[in-house]
Amino acid sequence: MEVIDLAWWKLGLAALLVLALAGTGYLARLGITCSLLIAGTRTVIQLALIGLVLEALFASSEFYWIALLAVIMLLVAGREVVARQGRRLHGWWAFGIGTGAMFVSSFTVTVLALTVVIGPNPWYAPQYAIPLLGMMLGNTMTGVSLALDRLNESVWRQRAVIENRLMLGQTWQQALEDIRRDAMRSGMMPSINAMAAAGIVSLPGMMTGQILAGSPPAVAVKYQILVMLIITVGTGFGALIAVTWGSRRLFDDRERLRLDRLVSSG
Amino acid sequence: MDSEGPGEPILTELLLENVSVGALSEVSLVVPAGQIVCLSGPSGSGKSRLLRAVADLEPHGGGISLGGTRQQGMPAHQWRSRVVMVPADSQWWFDEVGGHFPEDAGSRLPSALGFPSEVMGWSVSRLSSGERQRLALWRALSLQPEALLLDEPTANLDGSSTETLETWLLEEIRRRHIATLWVAHDPGQIHRVADAHYRIHGTRLEPVHGGD
Repeated sequence: MEVIDLAWWKLGLAALLVLALAGTGYLARLGITCSLLIAGTRTVIQLALIGLVLEALFASSEFYWIALLAVIMLLVAGREVVARQGRRLHGWWAFGIGTGAMFVSSFTVTVLALTVVIGPNPWYAPQYAIPLLGMMLGNTMTGVSLALDRLNESVWRQRAVIENRLMLGQTWQQALEDIRRDAMRSGMMPSINAMAAAGIVSLPGMMTGQILAGSPPAVAVKYQILVMLIITVGTGFGALIAVTWGSRRLFDDRERLRLDRLVSSG
Repeated sequence: MDSEGPGEPILTELLLENVSVGALSEVSLVVPAGQIVCLSGPSGSGKSRLLRAVADLEPHGGGISLGGTRQQGMPAHQWRSRVVMVPADSQWWFDEVGGHFPEDAGSRLPSALGFPSEVMGWSVSRLSSGERQRLALWRALSLQPEALLLDEPTANLDGSSTETLETWLLEEIRRRHIATLWVAHDPGQIHRVADAHYRIHGTRLEPVHGGD
């Protein structure tokens, strides 16, 4: 079974529908027209470009080109993590902690899945490596940014409680116990919910794509299970590392709460 | 440290040498064991910040020691479990009062505080601000501190309960030989409890002698 290629003019039909929505929004003064059009244009341009990049990458299959793309994806994800936090650590700490946590968790898990579980030849074959890393990074990014945002926001709101607990001789870990638990929970919730709803409420995108591309559903399902499991692992460890490093940075070596290290980005 | 014989307690004094924090500088004073040193000064003059520096919650200069042991020479949480600060507005983070106390605190609850022993099962949200303040003092004392830092401990109390609480605190501080630094603004209270009294004047701490 061969995939039906889509002609560009057929995509134009879908684009016309978006224009119709934008027009309706404009007439009804819903205030979404502008952002809708910008986001729509971005989608088309970004995906067309990444299509070209992937075509070139698949043709060359050189390790350093794949590594370069992976690093760029990581840095963009790191920037996004910073942007999604209402309050963040000042200076390079927010970027460093977010990017470091994503690097350790998603790269490790992706490499593990490629070498041990899937086993393409070579192990960094871009057809497998890039989509897998993309899915890992996308989800880890969400988890890490939710966890860090919750951590910093709760610490800011509950500073009096944390300091009172410190005054009673608790260690900084004890004083932060509840907040760390909350932050971890909010980072992990999207992946846990996605696993719970998979296949019943939602048909995950990767599996759908593979089936559309002609894979037997039984194979697509196995890939989807693998991906959901490693996404959860990556997100969980990513959030854990980010919360651990982030909360350590909120205290100094005398276990004082250092809110002066947080800046508000709003 | 634990070799406390009967009737012969180890006397640990709290010593501040050239402490600087915020606008305050060169603050030196001794708080002997079992005695109360009161601090007063206009609001915003840095009384609370000084207490926070003694509790090592705020970066500061100079040296602070307890019974000869330097503050920086031990982990911060250990220092704070020996030098316990009670802030002006106490915080409660569990739903029930009892969660904030050690197991047997309910049975040892002093009657002077005016609580039945069931108070440990009460929900924190039903406590008045005065009740929270009194329980916060008992929470600090149940840690067996060697020094206490009190930031306006009677701010939320009315006249008669203020005096009951003062009497109880004085008795506990004397009996347990706790070196106490007490921020107060009411001259009557300072007169009743203080063994020594310092007032913040600009960037310095000035001793105030009697008749005040």
